[in-house]
Amino acid sequence: MVSFLSILFLFCLWEFIARLGFVSPLFLPAPTAILETGIKMALSGEIFHHIGASLWRIFWGFSCAAVIGTLVGILLGFFSLAESIGNPIIAATYPIPKIAILPLLILWLGIGEYSKIAVIGLGVFFPMVINVYTGVRNVDPVLIKAAISLGSDRKRIIRKVILPSALPMIFAGLKLGIGIALLLVVAAEMIAADAGIGYMILTSADLMQTTKLMFGISILSMLGLVFSWIINKIEKLCIPWKT
Amino acid sequence: MRVVIEHVCKTFEDGSGGKTEALRDINLTNEENEFLVVVGPSGCGKSTLLNIVAGLLPATSGKVIFEGIPDLSKPFTSVVFQEFALFPWRTVEKNIMYGPEERGLPKNEREDIARHFIDMVGLKGFEKRYPHQLSGGMKQRVSIARALANDPWLLLMDEPFSALDAQTRTIMQGELSQIYEKTHKSVLYITHNIQEAVFLGDRVAVLSRRPGRVESVISIDLPRPREENIVLAPEFLSYAEEIWGHIRDQAKSALSE
Ligand SMILES: Nc1ncnc2c1ncn2[C@@H]1O[C@H](COP(=O)(O)OP(=O)(O)O)[C@@H](O)[C@H]1O
Ligand SMILES: [Mg+2]
Repeated sequence: MVSFLSILFLFCLWEFIARLGFVSPLFLPAPTAILETGIKMALSGEIFHHIGASLWRIFWGFSCAAVIGTLVGILLGFFSLAESIGNPIIAATYPIPKIAILPLLILWLGIGEYSKIAVIGLGVFFPMVINVYTGVRNVDPVLIKAAISLGSDRKRIIRKVILPSALPMIFAGLKLGIGIALLLVVAAEMIAADAGIGYMILTSADLMQTTKLMFGISILSMLGLVFSWIINKIEKLCIPWKT
Repeated sequence: MRVVIEHVCKTFEDGSGGKTEALRDINLTNEENEFLVVVGPSGCGKSTLLNIVAGLLPATSGKVIFEGIPDLSKPFTSVVFQEFALFPWRTVEKNIMYGPEERGLPKNEREDIARHFIDMVGLKGFEKRYPHQLSGGMKQRVSIARALANDPWLLLMDEPFSALDAQTRTIMQGELSQIYEKTHKSVLYITHNIQEAVFLGDRVAVLSRRPGRVESVISIDLPRPREENIVLAPEFLSYAEEIWGHIRDQAKSALSE
């Protein structure tokens, strides 16, 4: 409640300053003006076109990387051979800023959707692998001992002990990953796209349409909130034992 | 069914060639339905011995023989760990059903088993709770029920009550004694608490300090079921005295080093 009031206060102050007229609306449009632009864009359907394009890229990049990253993380965590092969590769490639690879990906996959999905996927893959791997390695050994003494074999231990105990770390990876996906989709769309929130923000800036630009930024912040809300909900459903 | 621990030695080797001799030539027999307690100063290799008997750790030499087991379809032993080792993502009843699940018993049978042991350890009404919602004493009850639900030939307990406060511990000792009367399983119980050893055990084996050797084995001739007030009986005190005598020498030489 207090946080809501403080945000409301911030907006009122912003509106007030903008209306005073000392600052050109080109640099700082009033919140109401941004809202008005937003409503116009919603009515014309333009904004949904951009949101849809971005969401589609995030969805495929994020979900493929989440699944593959989880599987690879489990492999690395559980099999020492995979670990000794995989860890150096991950360590060497992880620090590369993923957006730097985009030109290469465009060269390989074309300027269309695949290169954008791939760059998002790469960005999400690494935090997923690293989190899942850490989760698997940090399973309480006494739980594995308990499962063995109750008659579990290796396969059952993976499914019934290691996976559930790594689940909180898997979700930590998803939360990190979704933030990265949002960042990369905007970056990729600013480099090469004809639709998407990133593209919309960039073209609005070129045309000095500051209200449109600011509306794009608000959409991004809302998308970020919605994504983490959804992941938190799923986490609560999947991890009912978490305090 | 008896369990014979024969010439068991264990030496740990770390990667850089350092060696820790934890156990030296352990010979002990857990007779049928016997409550055998192993006491010894901490670090003397008690957990190591229990892990070897549980099959969780290989002995460096020597062996553990389970004699006269007619049914090889289920694990010979179940372990109750000091750290409870409950699966946090499973409710009380699901934790207890873990062993029967792994043995492939049908659902209704698993539920009957869970109900039976939930009753036995006094957890009725807590079936759907998760471990983090339980007190330490209740967690250890779940762990005992989970171990018993697998119907082991030998129940292994590694300082199961040492993480509990003194009052809970006393209550749990009494309850364990009652559970033992009901199930009459063979038990190998590890503790560093002398009073607990005398209260629970049919026999008490005293381990020396590292490397652990069997210093002496004392038969506890006190009536069963053991009641709480038995700790005041003169016989109880003289047993405790006797065991303390063995351990004190160990502890003293440890202090003087
Ligand atoms: N996995 C291991 N690797 C190396 N040393 C170990 C290992 N487990 C136990 N030890 C050592 O063996 C000795 C006995 O340990 P433990 O059996 O846990 O003693 P206790 O249960 O009696 O306190 C200790 O000195 C301990 O440091
Ligand atoms: Mg120990």
